Amino acid sequence: MKKTAMLIPLLVVFSLSLFGCAKEDSSIIKIGVIAELTGDIPAVGASCKNAAELAVSEINEAGGVQLADKKYPVKLIIEDNAGKADQSASSAQKLITQQKVTAIVGPNASRYALPAAEIAETGKVLLITPWSTAPKTTLDSRTNASKKYVFRACFIDPFQGGVLAKFALDNLKLKKAAVLYDVASEYNKGIAEIFKEVYEQNGGTVVAFETYTTNDKDFSSQLTKIKQAEPDVIFLPNYYSEVPLQIQQAKRLGITVPFIGSDSWGSEELLKLCGTDCEGYYFSTHYAADAATEVTKKFIASYKAKYGTTPDDVAALTYDSFGLLWQALQTAGKNDRQSVRDALAKIPQYEGVTGNMQFAEGSGDPVKSAVILKIKDGKFTWFSNARP
Amino acid sequence: MVFLKTAWHALKKRWHTLTDTRYFWPIFLMAGLAFCVAVDTFGFVDLYLQLILIYLGINIILTVSLNLINGYMGEFSVGHAGFMAVGAYVASLLTVHGLPAGVSVNFFFPLAILVGGVAAALVGFLVAIPSFKTRGDYLAIVTLAFCMIVKSVLENIDAVGGPRGLLGMEKLTTLPWVFFWTVLSLWVIRNLVYSNFGRGILSIREDEIASDLMSVNSRQVKIIAFVVSSFFAGIAGGLFAHALQFINPRMFDILKSTDVLIMVYLGGIASISGSIIGASIYTILLEILRPLGVWRMVLMPLMLVLLMIFRPHGIMGMREARLFTPLRDLATEKLWRQKKEGAPDATP
Amino acid sequence: MAYIFQQALNALQLGSIYALIALGYTMVYGILTMINFAHGDLFMIGAFFCFLLAVHLKLSFVPTLLLSMLGVAGLGVIIERLAYKPLRNAPRVSAIITALGVGLFLENFTLALSPYPKHIPPLLENTTWILGTLSISSLQIIIILLSLVLMLILDFIVQHTKAGMAMRAISWDKTIVALMGVPVNKIISLTFAIGTGLGGAAGMLYGLAYPVIDPYMGIIIGWKAFICAVVGGIGNIRGAMIGGFILGAVEILVAAFFPSTFRDFVAFTLLLILLIVRPYGILGKPHPQKV
Repeated sequence: MKKTAMLIPLLVVFSLSLFGCAKEDSSIIKIGVIAELTGDIPAVGASCKNAAELAVSEINEAGGVQLADKKYPVKLIIEDNAGKADQSASSAQKLITQQKVTAIVGPNASRYALPAAEIAETGKVLLITPWSTAPKTTLDSRTNASKKYVFRACFIDPFQGGVLAKFALDNLKLKKAAVLYDVASEYNKGIAEIFKEVYEQNGGTVVAFETYTTNDKDFSSQLTKIKQAEPDVIFLPNYYSEVPLQIQQAKRLGITVPFIGSDSWGSEELLKLCGTDCEGYYFSTHYAADAATEVTKKFIASYKAKYGTTPDDVAALTYDSFGLLWQALQTAGKNDRQSVRDALAKIPQYEGVTGNMQFAEGSGDPVKSAVILKIKDGKFTWFSNARP
Repeated sequence: MVFLKTAWHALKKRWHTLTDTRYFWPIFLMAGLAFCVAVDTFGFVDLYLQLILIYLGINIILTVSLNLINGYMGEFSVGHAGFMAVGAYVASLLTVHGLPAGVSVNFFFPLAILVGGVAAALVGFLVAIPSFKTRGDYLAIVTLAFCMIVKSVLENIDAVGGPRGLLGMEKLTTLPWVFFWTVLSLWVIRNLVYSNFGRGILSIREDEIASDLMSVNSRQVKIIAFVVSSFFAGIAGGLFAHALQFINPRMFDILKSTDVLIMVYLGGIASISGSIIGASIYTILLEILRPLGVWRMVLMPLMLVLLMIFRPHGIMGMREARLFTPLRDLATEKLWRQKKEGAPDATP
Repeated sequence: MAYIFQQALNALQLGSIYALIALGYTMVYGILTMINFAHGDLFMIGAFFCFLLAVHLKLSFVPTLLLSMLGVAGLGVIIERLAYKPLRNAPRVSAIITALGVGLFLENFTLALSPYPKHIPPLLENTTWILGTLSISSLQIIIILLSLVLMLILDFIVQHTKAGMAMRAISWDKTIVALMGVPVNKIISLTFAIGTGLGGAAGMLYGLAYPVIDPYMGIIIGWKAFICAVVGGIGNIRGAMIGGFILGAVEILVAAFFPSTFRDFVAFTLLLILLIVRPYGILGKPHPQKV
């Protein structure tokens, strides 16, 4: 018994090597997706998966991607990173060496995108992250130069924080701000700090800079402190599952000033969870459903038809990542990792669901504008654009 | 059927004579190391498999070090991720910021890992002190609080990146290094447990007061056990950081501790081979079950629960593979068996 | 002054929820000396039952509360029978790991069914009274009062009924009590039912106070409530209540007077110090070990 028990791990390791290898199939294009299907942000992973499946089914219905003179169907391989950085890395590695994908889309949260990006860069495979806004994802951590194989479909945090700070000062003309953010999350903390910097540089004062930790539900203590500091506006760069609680608790404490938010507000779930409490507030995000271009309207309609809900920003950005991929593949003309990457970097202008974008020379970050939305009558309505 | 059985026994005997020879272990380990170096240099094994093997090695180190406290000493510590975090951060800070001029980072790597382990050991020493007064479940609280405190402290220190984490590590963790540290940890802990001093660890698990009466210095034993355990957890943390090239405090929260706990109890408490089995099954099964998508994480705990119901001590609970048991213990076992069977010539 | 009073109310609300959950831990521990780590996830299931009942069946407050409690109690008994009973004579840690496994199973199963966070509609009219700079919401008051009522009912059951007496007897000695004609299995199931029922109620109240629920909400709360139970003296019901209020107070007050980034750090360090000073918890009695 003991001896056979010892053999189990060895046998399992070897069996892994046998079935794992994918056969070389040159008649299809394989694209990998790494999504957070389980773990701490399953809603993000679910949206990403939905949009990916929608994009792939659409292109396959049209016969596939046009490479040179033939159409190639696309096979989607979705891996779950279970909300763990090491599984992000192993998923990326598996997709690259075992499944032999042409490109990878995902992961979404910066803390999972970073390890996967490192693997993609070493493996020289194109990786597009739809939603990771932390600057470091596309930069080489040692030299601070841009990574060559990692791109993103969204704008980066420094841009967004600045947009919101200027919006609060110039458009809303509110000079005293308070911020409540999640100290344990790099996204929230990053935007909060940039907002503070730009806001104060341009003449505003941040009267309260309060924090909480992820998964906290009770903010009464911090909000009471904020109330005492008497701000004109409160900035909440937090996830759509936390913001309704924060706003409702603030109102219960008697706080009447307006709130502003960042792209993490960008899901319809926010409206469902917030009800009428969020009426009249502004936030920055990637796209506006109502000021939609034809491309956007078509996407929203197909997503709604297939899944029953309006797509959130993760879904829209994932869809755009795939759109960029299709265009790059067509331009490259062949199913080759390096050519696809080069073609992507050179795309002159891509009209996506989330706006027009192009990649600056030698950078993986797209040049695109942000939109400011206002919550009016329980819906997201477009307010203004903010160009870079 | 009988033929298979006799063939199996014959093979077992051949295997035992082989492993009992003097030079079995040195040759086997050298061969293993040579294989790892070859894989690393020539790359004839898939990169994905290499990564999985690296994770496997790290998990084995974590499991066997936690098994020392939870299995052999019978305490209930849930703070292992905290020690891992300390080791990871210290080792990473050294290779990223603390590299002395002119020294190659490859040469510096083992030193950095070692210092990470020592830092974790120092922290382990601090955690061991409250363990003297507290019993059982209270130690769980102490280690739990410790784990949360470490995470909270790391999130607040911006110099190490805060919640954004630490970046910039080179991919220094290679298969040979992982092999080396895994073998070292198994060797140290196995020898510790079968030494005279180590018997003290086992006796504390059975009955702390009785062992106090039998001249086991329980304070000293507890300290050494905690220090050794946290040292190797720190080593595992350093290796982990340099395999992933990115660490943040959220990676080392209570869920990570829970993962290690599961590996320990899955494989079997108080067993070196159990630790290896538990870590292997957990790491590899999670990868194999990928096609199940979301349901993968539903199936895993279900299997764990079923295993616990039918085998409460884990797969190799309280038993040890003959491979790791010292010859003197085997001789004693043989003696007892002979006495039980009533053999008249039971020579010691 | 009003600021302190405001924070005190916040602390009471948070504390009463922690106390309700800690009670579940303590009751199970008192009877079986087993830490049911799935309790935090049963709390989460309570919140989800409330969601299902309120949104899909459109029930009002009282029936939702009763049905959620019953539902979670039922689930608790099923888990006890299937997963914990076979391990009653196994080493304690195996039961603990089983509990961890059950908890993980519940979390991921709920996640697999629906990954999106859910919103609980307001089942209670929430009016806010403003006294100067102080604002008191009726929801807060109801939560505090309801928790106290449930705790008093529990105290009554344990101290003044026959079943409660049996529970206390079993926590002293399981084997002898069986010889005295007490149906041990039934009482254990009853204890689980009550303990998890309270956890379910806590889940629903929590869902009303913080109306966004997701499958992972039980993990951190579960561990924190476990700490409350231990700080109060594990196995001691009144201790669990006190422990819950202490943690609630520490968390709120630390964030009130220190920078909120230090909240977890200070809260846990204080608890650690408390445990070092009183290793058996506040109301816990050291169990003299017979040699």
